[in-house]
Amino acid sequence: MPAGTAPAFRRKMVENNGRIPLELYIHIPFCVKKCAYCDFLSAPADREAREAYVSALLREIRSLPGEYGLDNREVISVFVGGGTPSLLEGVRMKEIMDALREHFLFAPDAEITVEANPGTLDREKLRLYGRSGINRLSLGLQSASDRELRVLGRIHTCGDFLESYRNAREEGFANINVDLISAVPGQTYEDWIRNLRTVAELGPEHISAYSLIIEPGTPFAQMELDLPDEDTEYRMYEDTAAVLGEYGYRQYEISNYAREGFACRHNAGYWKRTEYLGIGLGAASLFEGRRFHNTVDMKEYLADSGRPGAMRKDMENLTRQDEEEEYMFLGLRMTEGVSERKFEEQFREKMTDVYGAVLRKYEKMGLLQKKGDFWSFTRKGIHVSNGVLADFLQDRG
Amino acid sequence: MEDKEEENRKVTDQSKIRNFCIIAHIDHGKSTLADRIIEKTGLLTEREMQSQVLDNMDLERERGITIKSQAVRIVYKAKDGEEYIFNLIDTPGHVDFNYEVSRSLAACDGAILVVDAAQGIEAQTLANVYLALDHDLDVLPVINKIDLPSADPQRVINEIEDVIGLEAQDAPRISAKTGENVEDVLEQIVQKIPAPEGDAEAPLKALIFDSVYDSYKGVIVFCRIMDGRVKKGTTVRMMATGFTAEVVEVGYFGAGRFIPCDELTAGMVGYLTASIKNVRDTRVGDTVTDASRPCAEALPGYKKVQPMVYCGLYPADGAKYGDLRDALEKLQLNDASLFYEPETSVALGFGFRCGFLGLLHLEIIQERLEREYNLDLVTTAPSVIYKVYKTNGEVIELTNPTNLPDPSEIDYMEEPMVEAEIMVTTEFIGAIMELCQERRGQYLGMDYMEETRALLKYRLPLNEIIYDFFDALKSRSRGYASLDYELCGYERSELVKLDILVNREEVDALSFIVHADTAYERGRKMCEKLKEEIPRQLFEIPIQAAIGSKIIARETVKAMRKDVLAKCYGGDITRKKKLLEKQKEGKKRMRQVGNVEIPQKAFMSVLKLDDK
Repeated sequence: MPAGTAPAFRRKMVENNGRIPLELYIHIPFCVKKCAYCDFLSAPADREAREAYVSALLREIRSLPGEYGLDNREVISVFVGGGTPSLLEGVRMKEIMDALREHFLFAPDAEITVEANPGTLDREKLRLYGRSGINRLSLGLQSASDRELRVLGRIHTCGDFLESYRNAREEGFANINVDLISAVPGQTYEDWIRNLRTVAELGPEHISAYSLIIEPGTPFAQMELDLPDEDTEYRMYEDTAAVLGEYGYRQYEISNYAREGFACRHNAGYWKRTEYLGIGLGAASLFEGRRFHNTVDMKEYLADSGRPGAMRKDMENLTRQDEEEEYMFLGLRMTEGVSERKFEEQFREKMTDVYGAVLRKYEKMGLLQKKGDFWSFTRKGIHVSNGVLADFLQDRG
Repeated sequence: MEDKEEENRKVTDQSKIRNFCIIAHIDHGKSTLADRIIEKTGLLTEREMQSQVLDNMDLERERGITIKSQAVRIVYKAKDGEEYIFNLIDTPGHVDFNYEVSRSLAACDGAILVVDAAQGIEAQTLANVYLALDHDLDVLPVINKIDLPSADPQRVINEIEDVIGLEAQDAPRISAKTGENVEDVLEQIVQKIPAPEGDAEAPLKALIFDSVYDSYKGVIVFCRIMDGRVKKGTTVRMMATGFTAEVVEVGYFGAGRFIPCDELTAGMVGYLTASIKNVRDTRVGDTVTDASRPCAEALPGYKKVQPMVYCGLYPADGAKYGDLRDALEKLQLNDASLFYEPETSVALGFGFRCGFLGLLHLEIIQERLEREYNLDLVTTAPSVIYKVYKTNGEVIELTNPTNLPDPSEIDYMEEPMVEAEIMVTTEFIGAIMELCQERRGQYLGMDYMEETRALLKYRLPLNEIIYDFFDALKSRSRGYASLDYELCGYERSELVKLDILVNREEVDALSFIVHADTAYERGRKMCEKLKEEIPRQLFEIPIQAAIGSKIIARETVKAMRKDVLAKCYGGDITRKKKLLEKQKEGKKRMRQVGNVEIPQKAFMSVLKLDDK
């Protein structure tokens, strides 16, 4: 297959208005200070560096329609992640949003999320966000315990969060996510459940609950940590769904819980393989059947952001095999699972012809289940999902 | 061109040739001294010099051992003003390769014995000296590592005189590492190692001491010309195999390369090629003669090397069976002592039963297959050759425990025995004797070398030695004990087959033969070891040891509880996929037996059962 040509088996997901949905991810690689567990592309930076970066972002945004011919695309979601995007001055965020709207066509109900950290969010900023069309906030609380926040190396207290949360509500944000991390060093099962309840009582529309992963190269990887044992972690994870269920949240993905109608569309797009463009330093894209990402070198990014072609890295043309694998290991993260019918529509072969043996093996072990047209994890299976998902990678000759 | 003629003229003068090898206990500095000699004689400039020139294989350099014999020719200008040709033949330093050592020695007229100035004589020092003396070699002792703070050259010199009975007062005291006094060694080579005494006009008689396979030239035969001469066009015959061929090229050994010359004559060490396709036609130890004018009788001492240890080698990925077969074929071209034949295992599929000279040989072949041929292997527990006497009078030589007949058909069994010599400092004698008793050893005697060191002699079953004996010996003597052994026949023994069941399924590749008295103990330890080796999986896995239908030990691998990749990584799906690929790779390194994934190294667990 020649580079850049979409394979024939790929069917575009075409909405009623004839436009192909597109998601945008904007990366803001700045934070006040690096957290002890963080291995994302982010670092503290002064005002000047931030301004230079925003200018570069704007250059990239302006160049994209010319680069890709996006007339038939409709932006259905934007996610501004980091780092700490809320570290940017409110007017800068507005500039970014304005530029996006100027150069891309937005669906009327597009979901536009900004990640924000308590301690970096004042009413003025929130007001500007509202005026920029941002309609969803993702607040990085991580823990409702000040002790745990210190362990994690966060810059804020739970009190700071409550203030940010109240301000956001008062400024009219009706769709808020709160991030929590379980299995923090020193955390007991009871501590975790208390964190969950504290947040659930507040009633955000969405809660993301990640287990702490000790990533190589982070300060945590160098330290001896008092981590909860596997059984405790198991119970923490198992009971998260039940506790949040009491408050009307439903688990829709491995780490995500939402009230009815508030599942994050942007993230769901990742799992369903909706195409997206990543804008900013190191940002990853899935576009026209290819995966690639921007340079992770800030100097290079600042120099080349206006010519995206020059700073794309690890360009990978996905084969049908790649796409089938992604369809499975991404799709199975969602509690609804993966559809056999859609698989066949997209790939012109039956899911059971490709994956019959794996599916049956795990069904027999009680880790996967078939409900109607959909395969999904059982409750038992979701706890050990990683090993199962790895089995959906196909053998290469 | 002139140089070459000049050299050829010189080397025909046998009185200026010295053929010698260096023998030593492992780590006493054999290869370092060889490097230094090569460097001092100016064969290579210091810049060209790569450490340990003679150890060609990466594996040899890394492990600090010599696996294959190597030879190099160097020119030394002695203090008497004359130039001498030195042929240095490096010998393997491990007991597994004793036969090759013996062949290399036969190609020499003298041997340099390197002894560590701090450690003194070790088990293989003795074994090698005796081998050299058996071949009537003049042994030139050299005390190495005098730069060590703990060096005590005089003590070691006295030890050499007392224990071996070699005159050693004027032995060079050197540091091969720093180069100190290495000139003394070179001078003594000239003075003390005799020149060869062959008759160049007699019929050709040459000893093959090694061979390598080259894909262009075919087999390159390393030989020492005892009598006569050989050149391009000579039709040679290998006296043991009867193989006949016309010589295409003769030459001698440069550092790391072959240098062609016109003729090899009596006293010389060199190589010949004759478009020989198979290493087995040119067995180490065989005699090469001129087919048209053969010598009266072959040189003594050719014997076929018999493998002592067998194990199963399987490709981790069943599809690589053909690759493994090709790789074994290629390795065998260079290593006639490697034996293999196809076999099948219920647990592991198609593979090969391979025979080796010893455990080190096994490990080396395994590593070479993995590195040089990029194969991922599963190795089953090594086994010796048992003799099974059946009630119907039949005798089976058993190399694979799985093939043991039903106990009702067995009259009795015999196992191979060795006589082992263990050199140990007196403080550890108790611990080592205890180890030998545990391994069913019969005490044969003990000689004191000096006040602080003794040579223990034991008769031991070979199967007790191949399983981790060497490691146990080292750990119980804090590294100070050394071992040498040789096979001394078969002995009747109460043996049973121990089977291992994983998730209630018998895994044939894990079965091993063990003495009845130690079966329970071994079975228990094997289960414990496997429990450590087998990672937790999605369900609970019982591991059981059984003799026949009787379960004698059990352990359980608990089910894995949590394995979730929580993070989203901002749409960086490639990263996520890489993590899954890593996990999948991990699984690939395991063998699926029933529903259970067993890591490759678990199949070698039986080797690591010593818990002290």
